[in-house]
Amino acid sequence: MSALGNDGVAARASDVWKVYGSGEAQVVALRGVNVELARGAFTAIMGPSGSGKSTLMHCLAGLDSVTRGEISIGDTQLTGLGDAGLTKLRRDRVGFIFQQFNLLPMLTARENILLPLSIAGRKPDRGWFDTVIDTVGLADRLSHRPSQLSGGQQQRVACARALVTKPEVVFADEPTGNLDSRSSAEVLGFLRSSVHESGQTIVMVTHDPAAAAYADRVVFLGDGQIVDELTDPTAETVLDIMKRLDTLLLVNAGELAGSDAGPVR
Amino acid sequence: MLRATLTSMLHRKLRLVLSGLAVVLGVMFVSGSLILTDTLSRSFDNLFAGVYADTDVQVHGEPKVAVDEFEGEQVPATMPADIVDRVADVPGVASAVGEVEADGARVIGSDGKVVTSFGPPRLGVNWGGQGGLIELRDGRGPSAPNEIAIDAALASNAGLSVGDQVGVLTLEPRQDFELVGTFGFTEDRDTIGGVQFVAFTDEVAQELMLGETGVWTAVDVKAAPGVSHEQLRDDLTAALGDGYQVRTGAELAEDASAGLRSGLAFFNNILLGFAGVALFVGIFLILNTFSIMVAQRTRELALTRAVGASRRQIVGSVLVEAVVIGLIAAGLGLAAGVGVGALLATLAGGFASLPTAGLAVPASAVISAFTVGVLVTVVAAGMPALRASRVPPVAAMQEAATPDRPLTRLSVAGTATLAAGGAMLALGLTGNAGGQELWAVLGGVLVCFVGAALLTPLIARPVVSLLGRLFSWSVPGKLGRLNSGRNPRRTAITAAALMVGVALVAGVGVILDSAKTSIGGLAEDAMDAELIISGEQTGPRPPSFDPDVLDRAAALPGVDTVAGLYGDQAEVDGQTGFVSAGTDLAAVRKMFGLTAESGTVDTLAPGQLVVDSRTAEDRGIAVGDRLPVQLSRGEPSTYQVVGVYEWLPIFGGFVLPPEATANFGIPQPDMGFVKLTEGTPADQVQPQVAALLADSPEVSVTDQNAFIEQQSSQLDSVLTMIQILLALAILIAVLGIINTLALSVLERTREIGLLRAVGLGRAATMRMITVEAVVIAVFGALLGVVVGSGLGAAVVGALGDEGITTLTLPWTQLATYLVLAGIVGVVAAVLPAIRAARTDVLTAIAYE
Repeated sequence: MSALGNDGVAARASDVWKVYGSGEAQVVALRGVNVELARGAFTAIMGPSGSGKSTLMHCLAGLDSVTRGEISIGDTQLTGLGDAGLTKLRRDRVGFIFQQFNLLPMLTARENILLPLSIAGRKPDRGWFDTVIDTVGLADRLSHRPSQLSGGQQQRVACARALVTKPEVVFADEPTGNLDSRSSAEVLGFLRSSVHESGQTIVMVTHDPAAAAYADRVVFLGDGQIVDELTDPTAETVLDIMKRLDTLLLVNAGELAGSDAGPVR
Repeated sequence: MLRATLTSMLHRKLRLVLSGLAVVLGVMFVSGSLILTDTLSRSFDNLFAGVYADTDVQVHGEPKVAVDEFEGEQVPATMPADIVDRVADVPGVASAVGEVEADGARVIGSDGKVVTSFGPPRLGVNWGGQGGLIELRDGRGPSAPNEIAIDAALASNAGLSVGDQVGVLTLEPRQDFELVGTFGFTEDRDTIGGVQFVAFTDEVAQELMLGETGVWTAVDVKAAPGVSHEQLRDDLTAALGDGYQVRTGAELAEDASAGLRSGLAFFNNILLGFAGVALFVGIFLILNTFSIMVAQRTRELALTRAVGASRRQIVGSVLVEAVVIGLIAAGLGLAAGVGVGALLATLAGGFASLPTAGLAVPASAVISAFTVGVLVTVVAAGMPALRASRVPPVAAMQEAATPDRPLTRLSVAGTATLAAGGAMLALGLTGNAGGQELWAVLGGVLVCFVGAALLTPLIARPVVSLLGRLFSWSVPGKLGRLNSGRNPRRTAITAAALMVGVALVAGVGVILDSAKTSIGGLAEDAMDAELIISGEQTGPRPPSFDPDVLDRAAALPGVDTVAGLYGDQAEVDGQTGFVSAGTDLAAVRKMFGLTAESGTVDTLAPGQLVVDSRTAEDRGIAVGDRLPVQLSRGEPSTYQVVGVYEWLPIFGGFVLPPEATANFGIPQPDMGFVKLTEGTPADQVQPQVAALLADSPEVSVTDQNAFIEQQSSQLDSVLTMIQILLALAILIAVLGIINTLALSVLERTREIGLLRAVGLGRAATMRMITVEAVVIAVFGALLGVVVGSGLGAAVVGALGDEGITTLTLPWTQLATYLVLAGIVGVVAAVLPAIRAARTDVLTAIAYE
């Protein structure tokens, strides 16, 4: 991956440490993570609970600050950007899909999709909007409110909202965590097709090997570090690594306790 | 269960603070008023106890006309001078001294203006030498007819010192005296309760203050050693016979302060009325807080139910919460009320030169504080408690989605309540409530408010959506608008709380504005006089002027006719009421456009009177009747009714011939009307009339417009007063807006987090909350303006008979309320908006 030039990198984390709390209550969530996420690719970040995968995504997306190290999206260094800068970055260059509570209940599907554009005061690209709507298959649901949509439909609206701004990166945090398998497949299917057909960059955090199998590349996190990765994964290969990771971590846990698990300033 | 309730409360203490604050403020108002009036009342007791401390017994005559203190002033009865000897002859009397004491001695200060009084009398007395309370400060007492002494406070207010020539207005027009002395009172006091004292020699006091020499208003009696005051009183009563009031010093003190106490009680009731409004608004706020909290705790409540709590226990737990809040808030409110009451009493005491009694908390304040505090909270929490008990246990397992309940039942109830309130109001206003009109009107207004509040959710959505469009030009604005329409009940209650205060202010505004226009219009139409002589009345006594001015004004070139009006409280055919007399009935008739309904209203000979059609009808009086009349002075006499004139809102009552004015309490005109000849400009004559009034500084001459303006300015100050008193109710409503927003922000943490995640900036987030607040506030004010105008219009409609015939809406005033509501919304949004802007995106979107 270091072979990729800067042009090909949508987001990068360099020696990123993230520490919560201090003293006795100190928790180290990320320990010197280095990762580059390729432009136009669908990357999944995987790992067991507490591995730091969500923290890594939050840091990459500018939702959380890092304790040490650097994050960049495109050419922009996130470290040192104030709230206004981060807000603008999120608004203009990043898209989000969350596990739940993804939509504003008082807005229609169309209004929810166009929300980031409205906030930015930008006019939607009519053709692209239609493309996105077609892709997510919501053309006949646009004037519905979230309460009138099924879970899967709501999540597709959320996807459309993330895609409609043509962001540099879409961050998806367990996007299928609340969905049944059929809805999951639909959502993941067009996330992948938006990458392959429109060149969208997507970074997805998941703990579901089946979901990770839709990605081009899977990065495995364990105990705050990148422990493995996989290109062109299948559910089986992902599952294998996950199983291996579990045993590996159990072994490591003993070693780490004695070595560099100490506090990071 | 109790422990669980209390623990759960502690966790939500911040959310309870605001709703508790509403009770604190309401209770503060209640107990503050009670403590204020109690302190003032005790201060007056002390004052009079001091004043009469040296008095053994006093003898007074029976007043000719007993006047209610809300109607006017009592003219003191006089007793012939031989009463002193008769009293002195009674066994047990050590000494008896005749005294003169009457209101109406008005000193002209060094600035040429009369020293005004806002209540305490301006007594003209005879100089009885030092002793008792009186202590000379400077100079000596008056010994010649042209000499006076005045109290030290008056001297300093008037800017006068010993040796000055001082003009004094009495029953007679201005007379000048030499100020030969100033005096204070025992214990180094300059004044006693702000009463002004002017001391003349005996005969001058009798002549100027009572209108005749050789009479006294009181005999001060000292008991011989060994004779008790009560014994002396009884002996004197027996010896003097009927027609005299004999009272001990203690009784006099009690009577004097009882008179003031009834005034204070009236004042207290007004304050309590406004406190009631504040508490009523507080109910909305508490109701809303509890409703929101119950909604937010649906899962917790369902879980409690699932693990076996009964419905009764759930209701109990919510009510216990209410009682605890009520008790704490009542305690705090009482403490604050003690502070406010004491502060106001000190301020009022300072204003009235009254040494205030020490602070004491009357039992009534404590009892009412806790009763009101707990009752209000429990009543407000009742509905949410019932709703909480209806949460099914299964809700614990479900998504906490609160479906929109239909508003049908609420709206039906609202319509019924509104109709009931309207009916009560109608009964009260049309005088069909069986003597309980005031209560019917007040109750009707209250019930109307409840009805309007119940209907508010129904209209909230469309109106809020419409109002919100004003702000929808930006995304935050649009989101704010949508948020304010999301929970119509919540928005409605919050807005309804504001509605109450605004409606009352707006309603009173409509009534006063209509009254102003109607009376102004009538005066303009009816009054055929270009110039009017009148003054501003500050105390119970109307300003008056030298009747000679009228004759001299009539002689001015360009003047066609001049008429003066006198007023008195008299007993006509057994009933006490206001009577007037004109210098020239024909002129009065012309100037007011009076028309005869029967008989003649052109001239009045001595012993004749005319009366308005309403009074005639009410009392069954017809032309030709002979009525006994007792004026403030003189003997009763019989008058014959020679005419009945059509009642006018600006002119009514019995009109007596000019000869009768000699026996009026104030034998001087209080108003004068000058009609000019055709083509004479008013501003040419006005300065000449003004020059004639140089020695009557209580009044001035104005043209018709200025006169109407002057009269209506009194209504404006009534409105200002009501606005100030309702400010607390409106403040509580604003707290309600803050509360609702704060709870909503809390509830929508996730949404706000999401919005922030997709790029809504902090400033925009604050704008979103602000728009929501402004929409709610303006909605509330709009409701208030509409409901208030409706109530005002209803009252105006009912007052048509009283001459308020034109309904006018004070548009500028109403628009101002809406604009102010907008500003209030912005202010109310500050804290919740900051809180929303600080929402941590990560925490907000974190999974449960």
